[in-house]
Amino acid sequence: MQETPVFPASQNANNYAIANRAAAATPTGVSKAVRGLSDRSIAWLFVAPTMILLLAINIFPLIWTVYLSFTNYASNRPNRPVINVGLKWYRDILSSPEIWTAMQATAHFVFWTILFQTLIGFSLAYLVDRKFRGHAFWTTIILIPMMLSPAVVGNFWKFLYQPQIGLFNYVVSFFTGLPPSSFEMLGSVTLAPWAIIIVDTWMWTPYVMLICLAGLRSIPDYILEAAEVDRASRWRQFWSITLPMALPFIMLAVLFRGIENFKMFDMVMLLTGGGPGSTTELASITLKRAAFEAYRTGYSSAFAIILFVVVFGLANVYVKALNKVKQR
Amino acid sequence: MSMKPLVTDQSQSKRNWPGWARRGLLENVAIALILLGVFMLVQPFSITLYGWSFITVLVGIVMFTVVSKFPE
Repeated sequence: MQETPVFPASQNANNYAIANRAAAATPTGVSKAVRGLSDRSIAWLFVAPTMILLLAINIFPLIWTVYLSFTNYASNRPNRPVINVGLKWYRDILSSPEIWTAMQATAHFVFWTILFQTLIGFSLAYLVDRKFRGHAFWTTIILIPMMLSPAVVGNFWKFLYQPQIGLFNYVVSFFTGLPPSSFEMLGSVTLAPWAIIIVDTWMWTPYVMLICLAGLRSIPDYILEAAEVDRASRWRQFWSITLPMALPFIMLAVLFRGIENFKMFDMVMLLTGGGPGSTTELASITLKRAAFEAYRTGYSSAFAIILFVVVFGLANVYVKALNKVKQR
Repeated sequence: MSMKPLVTDQSQSKRNWPGWARRGLLENVAIALILLGVFMLVQPFSITLYGWSFITVLVGIVMFTVVSKFPE
């Protein structure tokens, strides 16, 4: 049986025609069920699957991890009675010199990668912002590392760092005169932390460059033209106009890379596996070892919650900075 | 018979709000606490500071969440 149109076809003929077609195409059973619902209920009906999915894969594991962090649960011994240990794991982690060292290694990695990425990324953005011949082509070339998978980057840099056959050692020996096999980037206690910093900088500088480029492109031309009319030097224009106006974007890039690098795992795991010794053992690698090698599930849950709280705190700072950028 | 006004003056409650409890200032304090906590977590000088870092970040986050509901 043909359903009568729900909407009168008097005003906004096009909109009503589309709505009528949609109403006519809806199966009779569904339309009867939906007709009795309010707009609010229908909206909830559409949002509900996403909310259920989010609750199932994000919120429930988080709550479960909080619960596990107060217990002695070990995932390789599921039949062992689960005992409440209170804040024991939190106290252990926050008084452990090993975890403290891992946090310092993470801080070293985060600090230097952000410094290099910001300096090089902003310089590249400043160069690319000037319209030179083939600038679009070079922008695309610069962006390539960012598009690669961290697993691929980790593996091929491992080959590049090989002391006998790796290109990196040959390039360094070309410029410094040192024999290529006289140093080992991934095997040396002093060089390994810098090796992972170089790779992360190589991979993520284009990302910082993109954000800075957006900041530079958002500066209205008339401000720089007014400065030219007032005979402000290039140096003065940079310090008084370009840098202050691009600063919120630089800040965003710094905060975003800071949060990401605090959680860094895959690339460093493939490059050094945390070694030599524990010189490149970042917090996430220590966490993985506790959870899936030592099977200390309760302990690693507490560690994960500590890292989550720190990242969540930084995310709050990030949101505040983002709001400041929006207000401009 | 006294009648309640249908529309209440919302600016009245804002005027009664204590001057020190403004969102902007307290949000900045909360962010300072979070950043201080993160610094305490990763600094290489004192393990005591490291031990207190988590609670500092946590207090900063709770404070940020609460004060972000305050009026500007």
